[in-house]
Amino acid sequence: MDILRRNKVTVTGNPDGPAVVLAHGFGCDQNMWRLTVPALADVHRVVLFDYVGCGRSDLSAFREERYSSLDGYAQDVVEIAEALDLRDATFVGHSVSAMTGVLAARRAPERFGALVMVAPSPRYIDDEGYRGGFTAADIDELLDSLDSNYLGWSAAMAPVIMGNPERPELGEELANSFCATDPDMARVFARTTFLSDSRDDLKSVTVPTLVLECTQDMIAPREVGAYVHDQIPGSTLVTLDATGHCPHLSAPEATNRAITDFLTGLR
Amino acid sequence: MSRTGRDSPEPHGAGGDGATTAAFAALLEDSAEELYDSAPCGYVSTLMDGTIAKINATLLDWLGLDRHAVVGRTRFADLLTMGGKLYHETHFAPLLRMQGEINGIALEVRRADGTRIPVLVSATIKYGSEGEPLLIRATLFDARDRRAYEEELLRRQQEAEAARRRAEADRARLQEALAALQQSLLPTVLPDIPGLEVASYYHTASPDRLGGDFYDLFALDGKRWAFFLGDVSGKGPRAAALTSLTRYTLRAAALHDPDPEATLATLNTVLHERYSGGDPRYCTAIFGVLEPDQDGGKVTVRLASGGHPPALVLRADGTCDYLPTPGGLLVGILPEPRFVTAMTTLAPGDGLLLYTDGLTEARTGPDRALYGEEALRTFAVDHAGSPPRAVVQALSGLLEGFGDGLDDDTALLALGVPAARP
Repeated sequence: MDILRRNKVTVTGNPDGPAVVLAHGFGCDQNMWRLTVPALADVHRVVLFDYVGCGRSDLSAFREERYSSLDGYAQDVVEIAEALDLRDATFVGHSVSAMTGVLAARRAPERFGALVMVAPSPRYIDDEGYRGGFTAADIDELLDSLDSNYLGWSAAMAPVIMGNPERPELGEELANSFCATDPDMARVFARTTFLSDSRDDLKSVTVPTLVLECTQDMIAPREVGAYVHDQIPGSTLVTLDATGHCPHLSAPEATNRAITDFLTGLR
Repeated sequence: MSRTGRDSPEPHGAGGDGATTAAFAALLEDSAEELYDSAPCGYVSTLMDGTIAKINATLLDWLGLDRHAVVGRTRFADLLTMGGKLYHETHFAPLLRMQGEINGIALEVRRADGTRIPVLVSATIKYGSEGEPLLIRATLFDARDRRAYEEELLRRQQEAEAARRRAEADRARLQEALAALQQSLLPTVLPDIPGLEVASYYHTASPDRLGGDFYDLFALDGKRWAFFLGDVSGKGPRAAALTSLTRYTLRAAALHDPDPEATLATLNTVLHERYSGGDPRYCTAIFGVLEPDQDGGKVTVRLASGGHPPALVLRADGTCDYLPTPGGLLVGILPEPRFVTAMTTLAPGDGLLLYTDGLTEARTGPDRALYGEEALRTFAVDHAGSPPRAVVQALSGLLEGFGDGLDDDTALLALGVPAARP
């Protein structure tokens, strides 16, 4: 199987530079990194991809069983790193992908030498002695929201997402397509994301790690950022003056600076 | 109507544009501000961090909130349900940032009394002269009716999907049952017969329908073996029942009296009696007995046919001819039918092929002509002298090549005396 095509892998930047893998979270696809790539491309070899079931990945490769756990997504990451023969790459993961990076680095330690966790959360649902910010009912509501916004998907988006070579213009004219994907696969990813509990995996991190959090982020509130920082030995925590869950979009300069400072410190 | 036209606007008239505009303005008594506040949709403007900077009266009314409680104090996402907030953070906000606009997103706003209103939200970013994002403008449309309609569609779609899955599961179960039943109508393995090679093949035209072809090969006593191959009328479960009856009747009759004509006559009696009511059913069949020569090397074949296509004899010398059995009647139709017998001897390298009419009645070529007995004979010439397994393999390849021209079940049974070792 062609992993690079399956995951719509894009490699850009300095071909001889140290590799940085940018991994999108639940919701959209690799386009989320469009403001990050220019800041890294001069020095680094930048690798972008879509998880299977997201963006322009090969949807026929989707297996519900595999992608019902974060390990399945981590397997995507490891397979991409193998296909590109990455060594000591820095894995930058947004949201749930930060945890995917932890799992991937554990599976293939020779491939990943550092982690950047952008707005990470190891568990979204509250637990005894832990506040993730959500209840199980909240997650059900999100699944309903997904359903109601996929009514438009089924008719209009399907040809775009499925890749319709006969009608390439469809890809241009439809808005919102970055975040659109097959509703059943999005549901699986949403459940895997929001019902995951990776708290025990944090302690296994042995590589240099940067934790980026926002001052106002309802999905990954500051106490979760503090928890992640506390659980990963030797990690660095940077709080970005940003609102929302996507600082790489809402505060790109500050986010890019924090990432490049961290990467410079690694060399 | 006797009013003069002087006070009323003239949409297409010659009264002058100025008068028309003035007349519209007087009628509408409107200002941009009033239009904003009382528009039949919600308007809200926020800072880039989502803090609400301006909101119209319509939206405040939907929310049941006072302006001073909202402006500068609340973020747009705070108006949403929890699921909506998650959707906002994971889809809405990033998309809006990336595209500068977003259209028709289905969300729900929470009202002060705890109830919810489904809305469709569109938003654009206003940029400054340097291209820096300044604020977000959003429009909210009341989507209660639309949402009810969509939910109905969604529910129907889910029901249809569930029904489809059930139907697929049912179909799979049925196919499994049919395949098991079909298998039960054919011998699982053919017996080993000293000095004789055998091969068989069964092509199933449709996994949804039981076919009516059958064959068998079995020992009569230490010295003789019986074989038969045939085709019952119709398809489906009733045909399968007929096949079952036919198969066991032939086996029992042959053990009682293996004379081919007598065996078919017994079958005829049984079928005629069983199906004499309003449901006439019948079959075509060749039944035969194999008697290997005691010295070895030759096998005598005696057979009888009831309306079945003739068997084909493939000789070691590369010739190939039918063993004619013309005029034999269908089995089960008449109380006293006539069956036709024939006899041949198979020498080393010779073979006998029995088949059902699925093969000869397949449609081939652009004009979809019948394949026919002559084409089969010509095809078989190339395989005369080959062992039965090779003949059956060649024919199954031929059947596969017919594609959708082959729409009937087809059974093949090939017997042959091994060629003498050099």
